[in-house]
Amino acid sequence: MVAVGSKCRTCKAPAIIDLPRHNAHFCAEHFLELCRRQVVKAIEKFEMLSKDDKVLVAVSGGKDSLAVWDLLVELGYQADGLYIGLGIGDYSDTSADYARNFATARGLRLIEVSLRDEYGYDVPTASRATKRVPCSACGISKRHLFDSEALKGGYTVLVTGHNLDDEAAVLFGNTLRWDVEYLARQLPVLPARNGFPKKVKPLVRLTEREMAAWCIVRGIDYLVEECPMAVGNKHLAYKAALNEIERQSPGSKAAFYLNFLDNMAPLLTGITAAATDTLQECTSCGAPTTGDLCAFCRLAEKAAAHEPVPVELVLGKGRKR
Amino acid sequence: MKVLLRNPTRELTIEGKRSVNALLAQLDLPRESHLVIRNGTLVPGDADLTDDDVVEIRPVISGGA
Repeated sequence: MVAVGSKCRTCKAPAIIDLPRHNAHFCAEHFLELCRRQVVKAIEKFEMLSKDDKVLVAVSGGKDSLAVWDLLVELGYQADGLYIGLGIGDYSDTSADYARNFATARGLRLIEVSLRDEYGYDVPTASRATKRVPCSACGISKRHLFDSEALKGGYTVLVTGHNLDDEAAVLFGNTLRWDVEYLARQLPVLPARNGFPKKVKPLVRLTEREMAAWCIVRGIDYLVEECPMAVGNKHLAYKAALNEIERQSPGSKAAFYLNFLDNMAPLLTGITAAATDTLQECTSCGAPTTGDLCAFCRLAEKAAAHEPVPVELVLGKGRKR
Repeated sequence: MKVLLRNPTRELTIEGKRSVNALLAQLDLPRESHLVIRNGTLVPGDADLTDDDVVEIRPVISGGA
């Protein structure tokens, strides 16, 4: 026996989700409509995409990347997927299956790149070889391969599944350190220039909870388990802090990040331009870099020369960022 | 009711009718970082859960950026 619950704000049908930041409940149909509307609003406001763009979506097998791929295809964009095999044990094997199953079921093209097969290393080994925390080694590898694969494939835009929680947490960390260069670059659109493809984040107006709900309602199977190497990282601590603020004052995360974009980011544009004007080509791979060798090539050189390190050996060993 | 939790995956049995919000509070799980699926369907915080229900509490926070 189930009590009569809350109703959808739009149609008064039984609700499936409560969204305190909108002070509203929604049924499945009108929740999906809200998500589509938020994505369209982000795409239009920040001039992210046009229907003529050849889009590459960075796909991890998790909820955000599969949701943004699903949303873009549903909205009529031509979008292929890119999956990077990071070599994080069973976690990577399972995540690849989710990405492949999603693409196969919808007849979409998924490009796969394996760090171990194509570059001779994996994330656990890179972490150990460079004495970096795993998330740092992972981030350097992914960002480089997203850029290079997008350019190689002739894609005009690279899409990532960063959501409102991701962006608010990064903004929170950058603000705690008053890291002005990072703050200046924290935009939902980075234009193509100096060897970088255009990069966009269409989910910046939607929370993680909303993206997980999108996947559940749409019947998208995704990897729910957390990356074993991310456990205990600072990013998760920032998200927990922001969620506590959100609990007490719904809408705070959106106000923090979206008002930053409206009110603060325009004041920082000169800093971004100055930083990218000083870039030169990496002597090994040709990617833009501030030194002779880019961060990826330095990391790959050290990691590929190191004996492979199983993921279990690196878990819980925090080192420099 | 049977309650499935993730990260790590485990199962609990909890007796007695209560709301989704009450269950999350009892388990000390923040609403903003979890969704609740009752018998395969997403339900809001004020939905009631009973002894016959199979409930999944799904965390929604991921650590990458």
